[in-house]
Amino acid sequence: MGFLAATGRAFLIFLEATGRLALFTGSALSHCVRPPFYPRQILRQMIDIGYYSLPVVGLTALFTGMVLALQSYSGFSRFQAEGAIATVVVLSITRELGPVLAGLMVAGRIGAAMAAEIGTMRVTEQIDALSTLSTNPHKYLVAPRLIAGLTMVPLLVVVADIIGVFGGFLVGVYRLDFNAASYINRTWEFLQPVDVISGLVKAAIFGFLIALMGCYHGYHSKGGAQGVGAATTNAVVSASIMILVWNYLITGLFFSTK
Amino acid sequence: MTVPKIALKNVYKHFGPKKVLNGIDLEVAKGESLVVIGGSGTGKSVMLKSVLGLLTPDSGSIQVDGVETTRLRSREREKMLHKFGMLFQGAALFDSLTVWENVAFGLIQGAHMPRAQAKEIAVAKLGAVGLGPDVAELSPAELSGGMQKRVGLARAIADEPEIIFFDEPTTGLDPIMADVINELIVQCVKDLGATAVTITHDMASARKIADRIAMIYEGRIIWTGHAHDIDNSGNAYVDQFVHGRADGPIKMQIKAL
Repeated sequence: MGFLAATGRAFLIFLEATGRLALFTGSALSHCVRPPFYPRQILRQMIDIGYYSLPVVGLTALFTGMVLALQSYSGFSRFQAEGAIATVVVLSITRELGPVLAGLMVAGRIGAAMAAEIGTMRVTEQIDALSTLSTNPHKYLVAPRLIAGLTMVPLLVVVADIIGVFGGFLVGVYRLDFNAASYINRTWEFLQPVDVISGLVKAAIFGFLIALMGCYHGYHSKGGAQGVGAATTNAVVSASIMILVWNYLITGLFFSTK
Repeated sequence: MTVPKIALKNVYKHFGPKKVLNGIDLEVAKGESLVVIGGSGTGKSVMLKSVLGLLTPDSGSIQVDGVETTRLRSREREKMLHKFGMLFQGAALFDSLTVWENVAFGLIQGAHMPRAQAKEIAVAKLGAVGLGPDVAELSPAELSGGMQKRVGLARAIADEPEIIFFDEPTTGLDPIMADVINELIVQCVKDLGATAVTITHDMASARKIADRIAMIYEGRIIWTGHAHDIDNSGNAYVDQFVHGRADGPIKMQIKAL
């Protein structure tokens, strides 16, 4: 009986959390499209997510592209398929590694910061203060972050795609002695619009999820510093897991062969 | 019969097994300064937050100017909240904004006033609480606790509200700064002609601010009377609280529930 009760309790807690997240998402989305809007807040979040994440996303993409070229070479040379390296690099980066790695890096950087900031605002009554100043916290705090996440992460991924492919080019040309022109040719040859578009759709959804998890966990944090710490951890972990799960689902939607 | 500015009738609120508000009945007349005293955990803050709609009571009625507020939709509530100003216990200043932006927040976001005009008013309000214009450009983190409380007070009065709530306004301040804040509260409330509700366990503060005092205990109002009657209340609970005695009908809860 004890086991059944514990299982039931865990399931009820899960259902409650799912319901609360669904209500939070619905409310936040409705505030994204209903005035008043807070352009200063949206701009601030866009700069924070888009501009200040550039170095970390750029570095991640550069080294991922470089290592991808090296690994593909060492693997493909076993059956004389070195010519496919440029194609493998560009497809891997645009379809998968660009959006997923950029998403994970932004989840670590931005998701954590959002949860910490909003969580601190919650425990120091700043969110209550917003309400008493006739300002809806969902509209002022959550909606700008969701809009910024949704729009900025795809832009970051465009940059990550370019830098990642450039990393592969650097290794291909300067370390593996490929001809630069033929490497670039190979890169373009098999690339289709859907490869890039699917990556950007993923990026938009990842950006939304990162902001949603950061805001949700921060907004519901309790207690003091420990509560904010837990909210930060939960935001990063849940955003990362959601990125991986949704990555599979979206890939299935775009590239399903059956 | 005049309609009270704020009226709570039979308000209940519980969190899990803990009943925090246990049938609160309280009326605050227009222009009156009411101080609610009571120990920690007796439901003072929950009562204020229920009036503001930050918490929803389980049952009972809360009216502001005769209008029931417990079931207001969010837009109507935002409109209703224009009547209110609040000074939070920890000041609750927005640390991503400068001091003047904090003070002008309600004017810019709530009343959609141009920033330049709102800044002028913010600087004037900062002056009213004894802070110079040089403070306006600082960030809240650069201020002392007493200065933060003053900025919080300036923010609470910036929009010239009809009702002002003060949540433990002197907690964490030295006695001199506490008295300065008390005097500022009395002055600001008088200048605005506002209705004020203060919750505190600081008796010096209560005596200075209050026209009328109410005592809350175990989620109920157990005594109300004029501020000058507080020493002759004839209520053993009030006497014990006012004199800060360990012995008496109020037993301190040592263990958590």
